[in-house]
Amino acid sequence: MSETMQQVLPPRIELPALDKNVFELRALKDTFLTIMVWALAILASVPLFSVIYMLIVEGGARLDMEALTAIPPAGFEMGGGFGNAIVGTLIMVGIASAISIPFGLMAAIHLSILDPNSKLATISRFLAKVLTGFPSILAGVFVYAVIVITTGTYSAWAGGVALAVLMLPTVTLAAEEAMKQVPQRMKDAAFGMGCTRTQVIMQVVLPTGLPGILTGVILAVAGAAGESAPLLFTALFSNYYMAELAEPTASLSILIYNFSGMPFDNQIELAWAASLVLVMLVLFFNILARIVGRAKFKD
Amino acid sequence: MTTLSASGEFIAKKYEPKGPVVLDCHVDNIYYGNFRAVRDTTIPIEKNKVTGFIGPSGCGKSTVLRSMNRMNDLIDSFKFEGRIQYHKHNIYDKKIDPVIVRRYIGMVFQLPNPFSMSIYDNVAFGLRLNRFKGDEEEMVVKALKRAAIWDDVKDKLKNSGMSLSGGQQQRLCIARAIATEPDVLLMDEPCSALDPIATRQIEELMIELKEFYSVALVTHNMQQATRVADVTAFLGVDISKGGRTGYLVEMNDTQKIFHDPQQELTKQYVRGEFS
Repeated sequence: MSETMQQVLPPRIELPALDKNVFELRALKDTFLTIMVWALAILASVPLFSVIYMLIVEGGARLDMEALTAIPPAGFEMGGGFGNAIVGTLIMVGIASAISIPFGLMAAIHLSILDPNSKLATISRFLAKVLTGFPSILAGVFVYAVIVITTGTYSAWAGGVALAVLMLPTVTLAAEEAMKQVPQRMKDAAFGMGCTRTQVIMQVVLPTGLPGILTGVILAVAGAAGESAPLLFTALFSNYYMAELAEPTASLSILIYNFSGMPFDNQIELAWAASLVLVMLVLFFNILARIVGRAKFKD
Repeated sequence: MTTLSASGEFIAKKYEPKGPVVLDCHVDNIYYGNFRAVRDTTIPIEKNKVTGFIGPSGCGKSTVLRSMNRMNDLIDSFKFEGRIQYHKHNIYDKKIDPVIVRRYIGMVFQLPNPFSMSIYDNVAFGLRLNRFKGDEEEMVVKALKRAAIWDDVKDKLKNSGMSLSGGQQQRLCIARAIATEPDVLLMDEPCSALDPIATRQIEELMIELKEFYSVALVTHNMQQATRVADVTAFLGVDISKGGRTGYLVEMNDTQKIFHDPQQELTKQYVRGEFS
């Protein structure tokens, strides 16, 4: 082999320089860009980590059983907590999920399987996308007009519906995407076995797309849990544990809004603690979504 | 020797089946929208035999096969003219439910397509769909054994069907298709996505399966037809009128088709002059 090589290639007089030279322009550019990428990536995560740091330092101090269970204190009162706000948030997010998940799933089935190219589907897909960027305060105004005025009271119902309006497009689009990912050949197989369209959807498409669908749903829930604007004039606030769904209801986000502006240290400390709880709640849902999204059928 | 239709188009000589026929397929025309995909194709599927469909790309062999259990109904623009006789029913009769047809006439696809569920559940899928009342486990095991995949999977029935290799997945799909004891098994190029070893296993399996079922097999591979099929239908493409319309050129015992073809076109095709 070495003989043929020598025949083909003329003998080299000079050996090529293969040594690393960090001062070459190309190498300098590379180093510079690498450092920039790292620096900007770290810079981008500074706000998130500083917020979490502040919350843990400021809110962690007041986070105890009393804060998690007691009702909010009045003016100069000491102690107290935001148990009613936690319950209110969970209940309103529950109502919102109960409304938006069935509607969103059915819309997604229509968009992805039943009639993906029809006019109705194209229009509703576009509107759902518009709705994802819908200012959340307007969802509140809308529900204020539709439910609060007609029923004559602020209520957990109204809050739940306002959150549902915001969750609906997220659930719909995520579920549509997840169901579209189910390969056509699996649907063919199901039809070939003698499945009706309903059976194909219920037994093949939904189970196969489930991780993706759940991820979308959980992210929508996380988003709704952190919303405050749509609750401002739908659920309002309450200083007590809720007795029924048709009365003003406390929520974590509104409590934070109310208390953080008060001139009392006790309330401000509670606002910090409530913020920490809210962030933990949202973080929990986000992590759950990642885990569920990664869950594939075990091999 | 050659017969022409009223409009002067070639019509193949009728193949006289030697045994009982399960699925008697008479295609006059198949359209996708305005596109005439297949014309004048009569193919009887005989009981306990493998009927092979060969022909160049675009000759409509898969279209005819997929018409046999009304899978093509899922395509909006599809239109079928003719009749397919299954026992005493014409499956294209208006009062026939295509969903039920598919439960008796099973299908195996080109790409293995197990569901994203356990191996056991894949096979039991059809049984549950039909609300099978007997011993489900026994039927699943029987189907897996018949599909010659039992030894590969008996220790991991709970694992995902997607975790198997391509050839195993295809045998799993065959097991799934035969678990409900269909009359006819339609196989649409079942080996085209498989390696040679897996292909040989599936081919051996098809020969074993005809003891229980009647098999219609579309293949792009002539050697496969000679190895597996008892009877072979050769379809050609008619481009004379500007379209690409498939039609039956010749149907006969596989030996005859490959060693003593009656049509010049068949002769050229089996000699490998075009594909």
